[in-house]
Amino acid sequence: MATNLVDSTPAMNNLLGSESDSQRTLYDFCTSHYVESIYERTIRFDPWYPYVTGTSVVGIKYKDGILLAADMGGSYGSTLRYKGVERLKPVGKHSIIGASGEISDFQEIMRFLDELILSDNMWDDGNSLGPKEVHNYLTRVMYNRRNKFNPLWNSLVLGGVKNGQKYLGTVSMIGVHYEDNHVTTGFGNHLARPILRDEWHENLTFEEGVKLLEKCMRVLLYRDRSAVNKIQILKITEEGVGTFPPYSLKTYWNFSAFQNPTVGAEGSW
Amino acid sequence: MDLDAPHSMGTTIIGVTYNGGVVLGADSRTSTGMYVANRASDKITQLTDNVYLCRSGSAADSQIVSDYVRHFLHQHTIQLGQPSTVKVAANLIRLFSYNNKDMLQTGLIVGGWDKYEGGKIYGVPLGGTILDLPFTIGGSGSSYLYGFFDQAWKEGMTQSEAEQLVVKAVSLAIARDGASGGVVRTVTINSDGVTRKFYPGDELPLWHEELEAHDSLLDILSSASPEPMVS
Repeated sequence: MATNLVDSTPAMNNLLGSESDSQRTLYDFCTSHYVESIYERTIRFDPWYPYVTGTSVVGIKYKDGILLAADMGGSYGSTLRYKGVERLKPVGKHSIIGASGEISDFQEIMRFLDELILSDNMWDDGNSLGPKEVHNYLTRVMYNRRNKFNPLWNSLVLGGVKNGQKYLGTVSMIGVHYEDNHVTTGFGNHLARPILRDEWHENLTFEEGVKLLEKCMRVLLYRDRSAVNKIQILKITEEGVGTFPPYSLKTYWNFSAFQNPTVGAEGSW
Repeated sequence: MDLDAPHSMGTTIIGVTYNGGVVLGADSRTSTGMYVANRASDKITQLTDNVYLCRSGSAADSQIVSDYVRHFLHQHTIQLGQPSTVKVAANLIRLFSYNNKDMLQTGLIVGGWDKYEGGKIYGVPLGGTILDLPFTIGGSGSSYLYGFFDQAWKEGMTQSEAEQLVVKAVSLAIARDGASGGVVRTVTINSDGVTRKFYPGDELPLWHEELEAHDSLLDILSSASPEPMVS
């Protein structure tokens, strides 16, 4: 008889609010409730539309390690809205990452990586994640999000050196990943890769590497509308990460062909 | 007149740091489609005693985000035992904006003063990116201010220079952006506390093609010297 009484009052409990309400913490409120159904995901608008974006990243292997270059622009559609965004960051002791695409998603990826490196350190076993492992982790993250139709809207470059082995790889927003001696994202694929295919060689010195990257970045500055003239370069060697202050590249406009391009063909451009 | 159109704050919002604190500024127009639903709105809302928020985009979205964050910051302040830092407030705003990016349409500027970092401005645009900046602009009216700030901004201004810059900028944006208008409100936050200022629309400087306001044509005619009507 007692059990029947209990059964007759479940409706009342819900009116006062579910038990979980009182337990709800700040963190629960701030994180999204994961939508598992693809149908639910597609009826909401614009999960795939990026807002603040970064453009190309260029990365090369050189004699002592890896060099990464990217500009510091955060575009908002066609507006060059933010001009001091760091898109190259160190990851742990052995890697550096560069990202193009939605900046908020890159900031989230950096939080994931911080957690990853932290839990790796907590083992306190003298071992630390190398670039190949970090690249693999990123690949899994990107691919799994793609499968849930909720991608992180980024193309990533991951480079590093561990135990003398140089590593340079890339992951796209749909999880396509590979490694190579030189990798680029975005416009870099079209404008920088042909230059790198032609001029990259094994055992570039630091100076040669930087000049090669600058050649690529200058072309991108001329030809990519979302490029901004403030470059950041990061290097990684067995010794660790090297950061350099942001700087601007000189551009060249003083060609005779540029002075009067429409002479003889008025109205053309 | 589409009264069912979502209330959106066309808006111009600005946050600048100066030598000792921050100045937040905004216009006061809230529109429903083409109708001005509120010509004296207050888009600079308080999150804590020392941190304020400039809201742009959807009025509903920005209000609910600010309500939630105000609630959690209040809890956080109690737990912490001292005023919350601007960084914590900005990151809470970011968490909401980022995790609900598919549903929210609001660009926010967080500004305040705390004893650790002094005056700080954080931009949280659409998508939930968080950026620590010396100054930032937002809302539809901000499109007209990029060039202005490129030229007029400088590091280490005094409080009155910063306030004047903000008022001038908002009034320039109001002149050109149909979705911005009304009065200019500013909130200055520093170690001494918070000061709210109000600049009514008729006291703002006049720009190109704008004329002095009069009560009536009759006043103009009576004050001008009598001229022959026929030459």
